[in-house]
Amino acid sequence: MINWLANPARFTRFSATVLPWCARATFAVLAAGLYLALVRAPPDYQQGESVRIMYIHVPAAWMALSVYLFVAVTSAIALVWRHPLAEIAAAAAAPVGAAFTLVCLTTGSLWGRPMWGAWWVWDARLTSVLVLFFLYLGYIALVNGFDEPSRGAKAGAVLALVGVVNLPIIKFSVDWWNTLHQPASVIRLGRPTIDISMLVALLVMAAGFLLLFVTLLMVRMRTALNDRKAMALRLNAAPARARVATADRGGAVQPAIR
Amino acid sequence: MTAFIAVFGRDLRLALRHGGDTGLVLGFFVLAVVLFPLGVGPEPGVLQRIGAGIVWVAALLAALLSLDRLFQADYQDGGLDLLALSDLSLELTVVAKCAAHWTASGLPLTVISPVLAFAVDLEPEAIPVLMLSLLIGTPALSLLGSVGAALSLGARRQGALLSLLILPLYIPPLVFGAGAVETSLTGSGAHAHLLILGALSLISVALCPWASAAALRQALE
Repeated sequence: MINWLANPARFTRFSATVLPWCARATFAVLAAGLYLALVRAPPDYQQGESVRIMYIHVPAAWMALSVYLFVAVTSAIALVWRHPLAEIAAAAAAPVGAAFTLVCLTTGSLWGRPMWGAWWVWDARLTSVLVLFFLYLGYIALVNGFDEPSRGAKAGAVLALVGVVNLPIIKFSVDWWNTLHQPASVIRLGRPTIDISMLVALLVMAAGFLLLFVTLLMVRMRTALNDRKAMALRLNAAPARARVATADRGGAVQPAIR
Repeated sequence: MTAFIAVFGRDLRLALRHGGDTGLVLGFFVLAVVLFPLGVGPEPGVLQRIGAGIVWVAALLAALLSLDRLFQADYQDGGLDLLALSDLSLELTVVAKCAAHWTASGLPLTVISPVLAFAVDLEPEAIPVLMLSLLIGTPALSLLGSVGAALSLGARRQGALLSLLILPLYIPPLVFGAGAVETSLTGSGAHAHLLILGALSLISVALCPWASAAALRQALE
């Protein structure tokens, strides 16, 4: 599949067919998830109705980590196998991941104010997710920081792999340190400790967020490929346009580009 | 081995010859630390609580300042191409350069830190722990910094980009270094923090040269 899609033109054709269905599926699953989360799921026995922020906060956190893993894996593929679309996929995914991280931090802060009495605490989980957010920003700055796009993409690939060490730290921070953030209730050894009525809504919302990521990724990759085509066309047309311009001015034909 | 010593010696001599480099780092370190008492006010006890953190943050920023001379000059005049072509592997070249960088910036920072401990009103019992934490932690700063310096070679805004890349990676040494001093003062002992700090430095020695060398190869393509 990955090698089949390596041809940019084939990927563009494939995504042209798949994208509308992905978008519709995203809309449907998110609508169903929001209905389950806001209407059908029960209020928490301690937190009451404000537990419903969890249905945004937790899937956003899962996506923030997964998207970074995706960026790291595609970066590794780009460095090792020089897959043509891998760099584009990594650069396209990073801003989406940064947005998920920001949503996670913001909703967490909004949830923490009524629950813990604080907008922010410097415990291990929150600090390491903030570091993840800065890693995303650093990656985006690095990829866009060079005049030559391919140099930026390769440098970003190395940075993504260096930063992947943060992912286990985030995941296990609630076990290794005494944190205010609650320990894992879903992805843990042994069965999830969350009630099934809430777990269903949570998983549907997570699926919706995943579909959202895939849709946005495809849109961004198609845009990046179109950007490349436009740039190539512009560069190819430049000598011809310049020759036309100098001929119009009636002067002798000169070298167009110095 | 001779090649390694040659690269180390060359970088060290360059850093010390432009004596400004070490002096600049130390001067920034001292100024940054001195700004905090002036900003925070003379109330006793306040500065004591945050003193170790101030010294460590200033050490981080001072290390950051001197990082762009690690590869930039050699990259611009072609010396880096020659080093890449030499017998010494690029990974070992990076280690030699980082060792020279540490000797010219991290080590002087460690030596001058007792003086600054007085500026931030740190208790005298904490000074040996502060020096030890800086001694163990600054190699990690040089090595992690080399990754950022190699990645941002040739970028448009190299200085700012370097800071954005490196400061998130500097957070673990900062947390454990300043934490070591805190725990030694509160009585629970600094051993755990210092051991983890040592582990961070060792991991940096093991992994950062590979990342920096990969980034350098990309810059030289």
